[in-house]
Amino acid sequence: MLALAGLVTVLTTAGIIWVLVSESWGFFTTVSLWDFLTDTEWTPLFAEKNYGILPLLSGTFLTTLIAILTAVPLGVVIAVYLSEYANPEFRKALKPTLEVLAAVPTVVYGFFALTVVTPFLQTFVPGLGSFNALSAGLVMGLMIIPVISSLSEDALHAVPKSLREASYGMGATRFQTAFKVVVPAASSGIMVAVILGIARAIGETMVVAIAAGQQPNLTLDPRESVETITAYIVQVSLGDVEHGSLEYKTIFAAGITLFVFTFMLNNLSFWLKKRYEERYE
Amino acid sequence: MPRKILVLVGGILLVLALSECGSRNDKGTVEGEVRIDGSSTVYPITEAVAEEFRLDEPRVRVTVGVSGTGGGFNKFGRGEIDINNASRPIKEREASQCEANNLKFIGIRVAYDGLVVVVSKQNKWLNEISVEELKRIWEPEAQGKITRWSQINPEWPNEEFHLYGPGIASGTYDYFTEAVVGKAGSSRGDYTASEDDNVLVQGISGDKNGLAFFGLAYYEENKEKLRVIGVDGGDGVVMPSEETVKNGQYMPLSRPIFIYVSDIAAARPEVRSFVKFYLDNANFLVSDVGYIPLTNEEYKIELAKFEAFLSDEASDGSATERSRGLSVNIIPSNLLP
Repeated sequence: MLALAGLVTVLTTAGIIWVLVSESWGFFTTVSLWDFLTDTEWTPLFAEKNYGILPLLSGTFLTTLIAILTAVPLGVVIAVYLSEYANPEFRKALKPTLEVLAAVPTVVYGFFALTVVTPFLQTFVPGLGSFNALSAGLVMGLMIIPVISSLSEDALHAVPKSLREASYGMGATRFQTAFKVVVPAASSGIMVAVILGIARAIGETMVVAIAAGQQPNLTLDPRESVETITAYIVQVSLGDVEHGSLEYKTIFAAGITLFVFTFMLNNLSFWLKKRYEERYE
Repeated sequence: MPRKILVLVGGILLVLALSECGSRNDKGTVEGEVRIDGSSTVYPITEAVAEEFRLDEPRVRVTVGVSGTGGGFNKFGRGEIDINNASRPIKEREASQCEANNLKFIGIRVAYDGLVVVVSKQNKWLNEISVEELKRIWEPEAQGKITRWSQINPEWPNEEFHLYGPGIASGTYDYFTEAVVGKAGSSRGDYTASEDDNVLVQGISGDKNGLAFFGLAYYEENKEKLRVIGVDGGDGVVMPSEETVKNGQYMPLSRPIFIYVSDIAAARPEVRSFVKFYLDNANFLVSDVGYIPLTNEEYKIELAKFEAFLSDEASDGSATERSRGLSVNIIPSNLLP
């Protein structure tokens, strides 16, 4: 009976994989994998059709990178503070507040990025477009701070007290203990947290669809408008492509690329966790 | 305890009674729902009509979506919506889809629209552009190759431009590409494409190297953020305005816009009531939202067309032949000087 519940999740995943593979199979028989991976333009809906996934990948990569650069330092520092420094009452008050950050609907974050963050950044960043990867990335970073801080905090908590006491015994300050002993000891857990944060950022749709733009653009300049894989899927599925046409199949080709990355990241985090977990009893 | 329950129940009944008093359940002559979707260009007019209509007929639920003319026709052809807002006439493929689903339809002109070419307020140097230059910017061959202003006109700055425009589901896109590039649906793909004109306004307003095209009404709404530039269609530079669109001077970017109604939907009294209300009040509401109304005679003609459609489909006539409407003429005959 309980096995059935587990079976449901397995079957759902299998179903998703099946749909993705079968639809994109049709796509890849028409467009060569080589073209898909190397062409530098993505314009499947327009007169001159190009099917290179690189612009969408660079959009996803750029926004994710900015998000991670924002979220990891902040998230880890918050986790260290909550774990090593904060007194218990403050901790109890701060944790729910952090959860609120995660509870805000992503569409709200999207409009926040578009109407508050972008105009603010435009006052001191030269050449910042109205749609840009920078504000979308920053707001996404804000959004995944709770993911990273919460998991990192659990990892820090799991470090045995004896390690800290030994460090204090040697005369280290709280800061030195925290950052030179405890954090390295919890590094596997923190890495897992970061990887899950990355996976979340890659799959994020609303924030980037609203604030990062709808123009596939192969660039590493965060001030330009870019389109991520997820935003493209939204854009096409809300339009009027014919069911079964090649344009329709691009949704699944983009989807399976996304799936492959998220899958690899999840497996990586799993493997890392297993590999480094046994180090500290 | 029983007293408390009594007070509670009494309170609830009171609230219900009061809400009944406020409700307009006896007002209006019809009830039901009218589902509308389609062009973002026609949307402001239809939404304005819907708002007024709701005051007259509060028991009719009118919903208006914005999927783009093409997206709307898809739903229209499947019978998922009753009325499609269209900024271009129906295509052959879409008409066949309707036929395949046993749907007859009629296209009704509701207003004239001008397509404006806009830049941001921060752009001080661009005041006019010719159709030829627009073509060189927007044609498919320009994709990836033409990226700087100076490539089009050496007097323009040597900076990269950023293009914004409706996507392929938009009738505005179809009309612009036909009028400028020469073939509907034929343009470069590397621009910010969105069927939601508000996204385009947002994009352009902060981008000093931006260039966009969309319907006149969205420019009128956002005059503080945008600057419109004149278009030279071969006879000198013309700035778009109610006058120049109405008398056909602003060409080739003037066009009629439509609503399409299916016969299945028109069989319902609330839909008939809505369409008649539309045509009766369009004159005033169309100007209110920034478009150019048809003349009073033209509205009467459209209303007569609709009445004929209704009586025709009641006797199962060949309404489809008459209502197929125009192919995309660059200049509708009534706009010719």
